[in-house]
Amino acid sequence: MRARIWGCRGSLAAPGPETVRYGGNTSCVEVRLDGGELIILDAGTGIRPLGNSLLPELPRTIHLFLTHLHLDHLEGLGFFGPLWRPDIDLHIWGPPSPLRSLERRIARYLSPPLFPVHLSDIPSQPTFHDVPDDDWKLGGAHISARPVSHRGPTVGYRIQENGQAIAYIPDHEPALGVDLRTVEPEWISGHTVAHGVDALLHDAQYTEQEYPQRIGWGHSSTTHVVTFAEVCEVRQLVMFHHDPMHSDDQLEAILDHARQMWNGRGEGPVLAYEGMDLDLT
Amino acid sequence: MSQQEHNLVLILARGLASSIATPMFVVDPEGDLVYFNEPAEEILGTTYAEEGEMTAEEWGTAFKPQDLRTGEVVPRESLPLSIALSEKKPAHSSIQITGRDGISRSIANTAFPLWARTDEFVGAVAIFWEEKE
Repeated sequence: MRARIWGCRGSLAAPGPETVRYGGNTSCVEVRLDGGELIILDAGTGIRPLGNSLLPELPRTIHLFLTHLHLDHLEGLGFFGPLWRPDIDLHIWGPPSPLRSLERRIARYLSPPLFPVHLSDIPSQPTFHDVPDDDWKLGGAHISARPVSHRGPTVGYRIQENGQAIAYIPDHEPALGVDLRTVEPEWISGHTVAHGVDALLHDAQYTEQEYPQRIGWGHSSTTHVVTFAEVCEVRQLVMFHHDPMHSDDQLEAILDHARQMWNGRGEGPVLAYEGMDLDLT
Repeated sequence: MSQQEHNLVLILARGLASSIATPMFVVDPEGDLVYFNEPAEEILGTTYAEEGEMTAEEWGTAFKPQDLRTGEVVPRESLPLSIALSEKKPAHSSIQITGRDGISRSIANTAFPLWARTDEFVGAVAIFWEEKE
């Protein structure tokens, strides 16, 4: 299994000279299973260049896993080239809601007046799936999707194949009302998804100074993400969902702080950046 | 994978319980008491750390619920939390309980069921407070 990051910015795309090292595109990660199956995690603006890169050898089937439907995780979908190909079998998975189907909720964005074409007129005619409560298989991989603490229905994904596992929880506030250091693991949102993985891509949006003004907004401070990763005993923490107001220099200062705090197993934290490859073989 | 974590709604309920000054119980769908907060400890005369998780049978009798007027034992199935669990609807009552510290207190308590975002029943909570003359 391999993964490549195409977008790791949170909340809003942030292109410009101050974000060139880590990138300005919003959340999108390409995962290739050992059998060649393609899974895409989220449809932020990073999915546009990913779609372009796929064109030379376009897979017949694509699985898009959405963690939730906030715009920074969905806004690239209309600009994903394979969406406009009738010969592509596109499966879109996302968190269930008791009120409206996944298709209807996505159609609120992919329809006028917010988008020029209605979802029902899109050539690939995607198939929509609520993520199941139980694990499921895709190719040789076991997939889990579990609700996590964020605003609105949101899931984190765990993909496990041939003894390697990656967890993706880009928007997550596990420390809301919980002391991560003292509470038992079964009381920590996302623990089942992240426990023991080889790579955890996790929300790291706020500094310690910013978090107190943003409690309950659904994101983590540096201390929270480091503590969560340690408690979950992950091998590699990849700090993800960078705040759009943070420049490259500020992100590197945040990373320094995270490394000073790190007391977990495996390697120290790293910052996600566009083009980053994770080889999980 | 690790031991299954609790449903997110239960985790959030526990987070709420641990953050408020109102005594609060959290039970899972089977009725097992999975958490009570520090303000509840004052009334129950014991701590969660000491008690740990309790089955419905245990918490339904441990604090000796009694009718305020007659003094008769209130059966577990008539307690608001049991009603919230079995009938999936809110319930309220005023009763007397006796804490582990041996002190009897009159309490009002309100319980309601918890449904997860997918309409999945995941447990119930009860809030209660001491009624002082």
